[in-house]
Amino acid sequence: MGLLDKEFSESNIVIATAEDIFNWARLSSLWQLSFGLACCAIEMMATSASHYDFDRFGVIPRPSPRQADIIIISGTVTLKMATRIKRIYEQMPDPKYIISMGSCSNCGGPYWEHGYHVLKGIDRVIPVDVYVPGCPPRPEALLEGLLKLQDKIRNESLVKKTA
Amino acid sequence: MKNPEEIFELLKSKFAEDVLELKPAQPLDAMIVVNPLKIKEISNYLCSEESLSFDTLMCLSGVDDANGEKVKDGNGIETINGGTLSIYYHLDSIKLRHKITIKISVPRDNPETYSVESIWKCADWHEREAYDLFGIKFLDHPDLRRILLPDDWDGFPLRKDYQVPEFYLGMKVPY
Repeated sequence: MGLLDKEFSESNIVIATAEDIFNWARLSSLWQLSFGLACCAIEMMATSASHYDFDRFGVIPRPSPRQADIIIISGTVTLKMATRIKRIYEQMPDPKYIISMGSCSNCGGPYWEHGYHVLKGIDRVIPVDVYVPGCPPRPEALLEGLLKLQDKIRNESLVKKTA
Repeated sequence: MKNPEEIFELLKSKFAEDVLELKPAQPLDAMIVVNPLKIKEISNYLCSEESLSFDTLMCLSGVDDANGEKVKDGNGIETINGGTLSIYYHLDSIKLRHKITIKISVPRDNPETYSVESIWKCADWHEREAYDLFGIKFLDHPDLRRILLPDDWDGFPLRKDYQVPEFYLGMKVPY
């Protein structure tokens, strides 16, 4: 499935299917919307910083949803914010991906019972590709989530969106 | 610097029957209960009187006392009729280094009192928050609208008989 295993020896030619090249390009530069909600956002920032270095996977924060491929829902989604997130998501160009980071955005987290103002899972509003558990997840967990998303994109088909 | 008893005596001599009660410092802070409809005059005095000089409103909090009659309807939904909502004003004097808590109780059916925004500017957002979550109306407030919840929200969530809505803008709210 990889690109390089079909390389001709001692030449500059690589043969691959168009699907593989598109997928490889997509998964190698997932530009992230620079958008954080709560304490998970602090872990997300730590993941972006030099110690964990999100950039080595091609993840660069972008300030505009029009330039972003991926949005990480990092924190408690209030009902008031959910309407805004939906709008931001709709402003992102296809193909777009979502990582739900932490218990709050997965299922409401500690607010599941008495949180009258909290959306019990971001997947009630927008479709989620990868759920990262934790409260908050450690940077390693978020990196694992990103690798899972990359795996998903690697197996995408041009005729049918699978992720 | 004045102790709560001295502050209470000063208020009592100035406002007589509008100052209702002094609650002792144990187990909570010393607290003076006053007439809710006179809170503006009393606050003004607390702030401007030289020997009191309460220049800082540290916090303004709403509380649902839930002391009314609890009624259950056929679906087991409990509502509270009558009783009171309370507002606590935590005052501090940076100049004289003393503090006091003022309490007022307003009827739950018609929770109205006067704003102290003109005396302590920081009361503006505190009162909006108390209005947002408890539905307490502050008369003479310059801009009394919700501060945290969306403008189209129904009800006041920190009241003890608040019912969580089934849907908000098409989003399911309960777990």
